[in-house]
Amino acid sequence: MQTLNSYAPEIIRIVIAVAGAAVVVFGNALIMGYMERKLAGHFQRRTGPMEVGYHGILQLIIDGIKLMSKQLVIPAKADKPLFMLAPIISFAPVFLPLLVIPFSDRIQAFDLDVGLLFVLAVASINVLAVLVGGWASNNKYSMFGAFRAVAQNVAYEIPMLISLLAIVFMTNTFSLRGIVEAQNVWFIVLQPVAFLIYLVCMVAETNRAPFDLAEAESELTAGFHTEYSGMSFSLFMMAEYTNMFIVSCIATVFFLGGTSGIPLPYFEYTGIIWFLLKVYFFMFFLVWIRWTYPRTRFDQLMNLCWKYLLPISLVNLLITVVVVKL
Amino acid sequence: MNVDVLEDERQHHFVLNMGPQHPSTHGVLRVLLKMEGEYVLDPQPVLGYVHRCHEKIGECKPARSFMPNTARMDYLGALIYNQGYAMLLERAAGIEVPKRAEYIRVITSELNRIQSHLLWYGAYLLDLGAFTPIMYAFDDREHILDALEDVCGSRLTYCYCRVGGVCKDIDDKFIERARAFIERLRGRFPMYENLINGNVIVQKRMKSVGNYTPELCARYGVTGPLLRATGVAYDLRKAEPYSVYSEFDFEVPTEQTGDAWAAFNVRYREIEQSLRIIEQALDKLPEGEVMADKVPKKLRLPQGDYNCSVEAPRGELSYYLVSDGSDVPYRIKVRTPSYSNLSVVPEVCKGMMIADVVTSMGALDLVIPEIDR
Repeated sequence: MQTLNSYAPEIIRIVIAVAGAAVVVFGNALIMGYMERKLAGHFQRRTGPMEVGYHGILQLIIDGIKLMSKQLVIPAKADKPLFMLAPIISFAPVFLPLLVIPFSDRIQAFDLDVGLLFVLAVASINVLAVLVGGWASNNKYSMFGAFRAVAQNVAYEIPMLISLLAIVFMTNTFSLRGIVEAQNVWFIVLQPVAFLIYLVCMVAETNRAPFDLAEAESELTAGFHTEYSGMSFSLFMMAEYTNMFIVSCIATVFFLGGTSGIPLPYFEYTGIIWFLLKVYFFMFFLVWIRWTYPRTRFDQLMNLCWKYLLPISLVNLLITVVVVKL
Repeated sequence: MNVDVLEDERQHHFVLNMGPQHPSTHGVLRVLLKMEGEYVLDPQPVLGYVHRCHEKIGECKPARSFMPNTARMDYLGALIYNQGYAMLLERAAGIEVPKRAEYIRVITSELNRIQSHLLWYGAYLLDLGAFTPIMYAFDDREHILDALEDVCGSRLTYCYCRVGGVCKDIDDKFIERARAFIERLRGRFPMYENLINGNVIVQKRMKSVGNYTPELCARYGVTGPLLRATGVAYDLRKAEPYSVYSEFDFEVPTEQTGDAWAAFNVRYREIEQSLRIIEQALDKLPEGEVMADKVPKKLRLPQGDYNCSVEAPRGELSYYLVSDGSDVPYRIKVRTPSYSNLSVVPEVCKGMMIADVVTSMGALDLVIPEIDR
């Protein structure tokens, strides 16, 4: 009895947290899918989806039904188990980072001491899915895409982590809540260089244009997901949108003060409004540059990382450490 | 021993089949790429997927009936192909074209050239991964198509020129539209320059991709903007002015570097020059008939062989016709620019990364139905 009492609230918390994460994942995929198509339309002087519902607001639901009802085509010589596994490897882990993100003071499932490391570790599983999917498709374009994705993600995780480490040195904590609480002044002011580096890495990490080398549809048709159709394709897409959400959350937590904003009633809950506004500002930014810039070339992308971002982020870290120690 | 070499090759290189269905081969071009990692060792274009025997068709029916076929070779430069063929027959039959018809041909051809360059501009940036410019370019292009539709009756595969003139006179509405378009496009140039030409990623992707020299171009017969990108100011409208081009004041844009960026700039600047020609032609447009008087119903070309070259959007277009004295040509041969331009690919793209192959093939501005006629 004693045991049950002590565990029951915890179990309920876990159920609520997982359900909440699922809501965020699917809700975000719907919002982003609609937002991306609508914004892309308006950037390109067209209207975007208009037919289904008011200004096409139900378009994504219809699309979801269509994708679910489509046949899953598996290429004849593909590695069938791995081919089916790849979208799952891509999609399953995206729930986990959401559990440690402090949406507001009271809306956070767990406050891990190593929150940042947990998020980055789980987020990097995605590249495994891309590699497996590209390899198992038995398609040369897919394989190219997969190889590029691996080289790119491994390269860009390093400056990303180092730029965030500068802030960890300032706050002495890996806990995301701790970092939010430590921001009297938003760190975008104190660490502008780290912010810019993070911004570039964020785009590269989510494989979005201008760094969408793994997809690169004008060179590699659709890169690693050339052979995927129906629901397995949409799992990849949902994972991409959730990854965008996660990196935007990290940017908000580290540089824009998390929930901080004009106080609202019940702020320990309503802080989520400010948080989501900042997150969707970053998401808008990601969509904006995708529909504006052309793609970089692969060697240029790697040069940018190894020759510029990594040294600059190291120097930034060094300066931060020296200043903090003084 | 030989088997070992083959086995070695099989393990280190692989062949990537780019096309015939591929987003950036724009049509049904197929390029076999022998790759080592990201690098292309040996690109080989494979042709023949849209071959429709146009030249043979031309040898089976009266010479003037070949006119619609010319539009279907290069669907982006249809009016210029029309004009070239009409000029060939007029030259052969000794028909004098009224001045107004010549002016109308120039105006519509230059509009057609701008339309072709705008489509290339958008599609090329699409090859580089920028989605939005093609929408802006199409937005402008639509105005040309609408205006031409009103006079020519179709939007893409025109059959507007006739032996001895053009089939329909242009009206005030068309002139008004053309003037409005010139103003509009000039107003859009700063936007294109800010959004695209000045973009550092665009420049980095294009600069020093492809190494064209005048010598290389001469060896393969490369003409058009690609040749002008190597510093040779060879444009048939200036070099041997046909029609009434000698009456207009325009420049031939050239660049020195001979890479994709130079070709890009040459094409971009040609749009402005075409606008200048249209403007002057509209100002000077003479009154009068648009068809020559005495064009015989049955056009018998005197025995002999005839040649006529015009400057198409992609380079030099030549028609060669052999007549045996009847109304059906004995032989028609078309020299289309993209065919020669494509032949440099194996030499120029050797050793490039796959992304650069896409960039340099985009700079060629290939229209596949014109390569496979």
